[in-house]
Amino acid sequence: MISQQLILSGVGGQGILFITRLLAETAIAKGLPVMTSETHGMAQRGGIVISHLKVGGFSSPLVRPGRADGMIALKPENALLHRHFLADSGWIGVNASSLPEGRGDLPVFPVPADSLALEMKAPRSVNLIVLGRVLAEAGRLFCDFEDVRLILEKKLATKPSLLQSSLEAFRAGADFAQRAGC
Amino acid sequence: MSERILMQGNEAMARGLVENGCIVATSYPGTPASEILSSVMAWQKAEGLAMHVEWAINEKVALEIAYTASQSGLRSAVAMKQVGLNVASDPLLSAAYLGVTGGFIVISADDPGPHSSQTEQDSRLLAMLAKIPVLDPGSPAQAREFTALAFELSEAFQVPVLLRPTTRVCHACQDILPAEVNKLQRKADFRKDPARWAATPNFRYRLHLDLNRKLADIAAHEPTAPRLLNPGAASSRAVVASGVAAAHAREILENLGLWDGLPLFQVIQPYPLHDTFVRNILDTYEEILVLEETAGVIELQLRDRARVRGKVSGAVPEAGELLPELIEHIVAEFAGMPFDPVSTPPASGGRRPTLCPGCPHRASFYAIKKAAPKGIYPSDIGCYTLGLNLGGVDTVLCMGASVSQAAGFHQTYRVSGEQRDVVATIGDSTFFHSGIPPLIDAVSQGAKFVLVILDNSTTAMTGNQPTPAVPLPGRVPVAIAPVVEGCGVRFCKTGDPLDLPGFTHLVGEAVEFARNEGVAVVIAKSPCLVDRTRPRLPRRQVEVSETCTGCRVCTSQFECPALVYDGNTKKVTVDLLICSGCGVCIDVCPSRSITGREEGP
Ligand code: SF4
Ligand code: SF4
Repeated sequence: MISQQLILSGVGGQGILFITRLLAETAIAKGLPVMTSETHGMAQRGGIVISHLKVGGFSSPLVRPGRADGMIALKPENALLHRHFLADSGWIGVNASSLPEGRGDLPVFPVPADSLALEMKAPRSVNLIVLGRVLAEAGRLFCDFEDVRLILEKKLATKPSLLQSSLEAFRAGADFAQRAGC
Repeated sequence: MSERILMQGNEAMARGLVENGCIVATSYPGTPASEILSSVMAWQKAEGLAMHVEWAINEKVALEIAYTASQSGLRSAVAMKQVGLNVASDPLLSAAYLGVTGGFIVISADDPGPHSSQTEQDSRLLAMLAKIPVLDPGSPAQAREFTALAFELSEAFQVPVLLRPTTRVCHACQDILPAEVNKLQRKADFRKDPARWAATPNFRYRLHLDLNRKLADIAAHEPTAPRLLNPGAASSRAVVASGVAAAHAREILENLGLWDGLPLFQVIQPYPLHDTFVRNILDTYEEILVLEETAGVIELQLRDRARVRGKVSGAVPEAGELLPELIEHIVAEFAGMPFDPVSTPPASGGRRPTLCPGCPHRASFYAIKKAAPKGIYPSDIGCYTLGLNLGGVDTVLCMGASVSQAAGFHQTYRVSGEQRDVVATIGDSTFFHSGIPPLIDAVSQGAKFVLVILDNSTTAMTGNQPTPAVPLPGRVPVAIAPVVEGCGVRFCKTGDPLDLPGFTHLVGEAVEFARNEGVAVVIAKSPCLVDRTRPRLPRRQVEVSETCTGCRVCTSQFECPALVYDGNTKKVTVDLLICSGCGVCIDVCPSRSITGREEGP
C-alpha cells in the first residue's frame, strides 16, 4: 500500500487546513486510509499553523521528526522552522521567490505564490498555488493534479465563483513549474 | 451512507452521539471541543432529527440542561473543554450521586501542551473526584465508537460517564464510515421521586454508598476492559497506554521492531481501572511502563511503586504533551534499545499569534492606552487576550475574572490610600458566561473602574458561535446594555472602536466617571472580521505616503500585521494581501502619512 507522511505549514489565515483536507479527501477517493492532525485555536490568529498528513496504514496522527516524505510551506520561514520533520530523502514545496536558506541538498520546488495571487486578485489562493506547483512534480505526492482537481470541484461545487478562482490559482501553480522549466 | 468520509475527531464524536439516539446536546465553545456541537447541529439537520441542540451561556448551565433531559429518560450529552469542566463541576459531582435515567455523557476535551488553554489539567482526575467512569479514546474512530460504549455504560449503571478526548483526537481527521442513526423513539418521562432527585444530606450518604458499589461493578464491566493490541507478543515487560499515547505507541513499536516482543495494552477506561486487569498485569509482568496524558491516573491505580514506571515514578514527564518522538525515546529505553534522536527543531523561530488585521479589538486597546496611559488592565479569555502584544492586557486568570480582578485592584489600592485607573476588557460571550455576577458584586461594593465590553456579536476565538445577544430564528435575543444597567451600573455607553478619535474620547469620559462615581461600562460594538454571517463593511484602500518618518508607532504600538516596516527604505508599507481596509491606522499615524480612498464593500 502507498504510505506517505507530509507536513503542511503556514500561518493562520493562509488556508493550510483547506489544502490538508483537500489532500485527505483525495486519499479517501483513491481508497487509501488517511489521518491528519490540524491546528486550531489561538494559533489560527496569525500564528504558526501546521498540519500533519499521513496516507496509508498509520495509527498516530502525528509525524515524527525525520520521517516526513515532503513538506509544503506557505511561508519561506516555515520551510526552515519545520525542516526537522523531513526524512533525508524529503523535499520541500515552498511559497518563495528564491530558494530558502538551510535547505541542505534537499530538492526544493519554489513558487512566488504571493505575487501570483496578487496578480490574479485572489489573495486567499496562495495555498492552492503552492499545491499546484508541487503536483507539477511527477511522483512526489501520492496523488496527481487531476485527482486533486476532481475533489476540489466536488468540494466547491456549490460555490461556482470561488471554484473558478480556485481552479485558476491551482493551475497557475502548476503552469509556473512548466514556465520556469523545472 | 455507504461511503467513508473524512471526519474530524469532534465530528466523529458528534456522529456517535447522533447515531446512538442522543436527543438533547448542549455545549459552551472552547478549543479543542468547539466543533462537537456545531457538528451535532449539522448531523441533526442532515438527518432531519427532532433534537434540542443548544449553545448554552456557560458550561454549568449546559450540563444542567443536558442532565435534566437524562433525568427525564432521554439520552443526552454536554461538551466542553477541560477548564469548562471546572465551571460545570458543581452540578457534575452532585449528579454523580443522584445518578441518571437516560444515558448521559459529559465530554471534556483536554489540551496537553497546552495549545490553547490556561492549564494542562487532566479531566480524568475530575472523574475520580466525582467518582464517575471515564473513557479515553485514541483516535477519531474510537471517539465515535466510545460514545456508544459510554451511553451503554451510563444506562447499565445509572451514572454520568465522562468521555475524555485530547486535542490530538479532537483535531485529528480520519476516514470513517458513518452508521445508521438509531432512533430510540423515547418520550420525555420524568418520574417524580423527590427523595432521590432532591435528596437531603442524610440520603446523600446512602447515595454515596450506592455510587461506591456501582464503581466496583464498573471496574468489572467487560466492554470497557483494556485491550491487548498485539496478542502474539511475549515479554517480561509490558506497556500500558491510553488515549492518543496508545496510538503513538502502536506505531512506534512497529517501527522499532518490537511489535512481537513487547505487549501493548490500550486502556479504554482509565477510571475505575478494571480489577482483574490490575491483578493480571502485576502478576504476569516484571516491569510495566504506563503512557498516558496528562497525569498518572492509570499508574496510580497500578499499586506497585517498584515495578511500575510512569509519571509518578519519573520515567515519563509530568507536564507537556507526550509527543510521539518522546514516547519513542521512552519506549526504546524501557526495552533496553539504543536510541539516537534523528533531528531536533530549531531553538527559536515561529511567530506569535496576533489579532487579525482590521480587528476592532486592536483599536479598542489602542484607545484604552491613550485614555488611561497609567492604568492597570485586567483582561479575559478570547481573541482579545492577544491585546497582550499591544500592552493592553496585564492579567488573564479565567473566564469572567477581568471584572472581579478590576474590582479587586480598586479595593486593594483603596485600602492602601491610593486610587489607580483600572480599565478591564471582556468579550461579549465571556461577559454572558461569567461576567455578570462579578459586575453586580462590584457595583454593590462601591468599586470604581471602567469595564470595556468588546462586543463583536460572536464567540470569535472558537469559530464564531452565537452569543445570547444574536437574533436567531426560534431564539429571543438578550441585549447587553439593559443587562449592564440592570446590574446597577449608572454609566453605560456604546461606541464604535473603528472610529478611533470618537471612541478614545468615550473611554476618556468613562475613566473620568469611574474616578469620581463608580463602575463605568463602555460597549465597544463592531463585528468580528472573520464572522462570515456579518455584512462586509465598506473597504478603504490605504496607502503610506512619502512623508512616512519611519517612527514605527503603527507597527510597534498599534501592531497591525498588515503594516510592515521596510528596513531598506526605512518606511512602512501596507501588505495588501492581508489588509482589511478598516482605515484605523489613518488615525494612528502621528505624521498623518497613511491615507485612504473609499472603495466598494
Ligand atoms: S477573529 Fe475576529 S475577534 Fe478574533 S482577532 Fe480576528 S477579527 Fe478579531
Ligand atoms: S487599514 Fe490599516 S489598520 Fe486596517 S487592516 Fe489595513 S493596514 Fe491594518
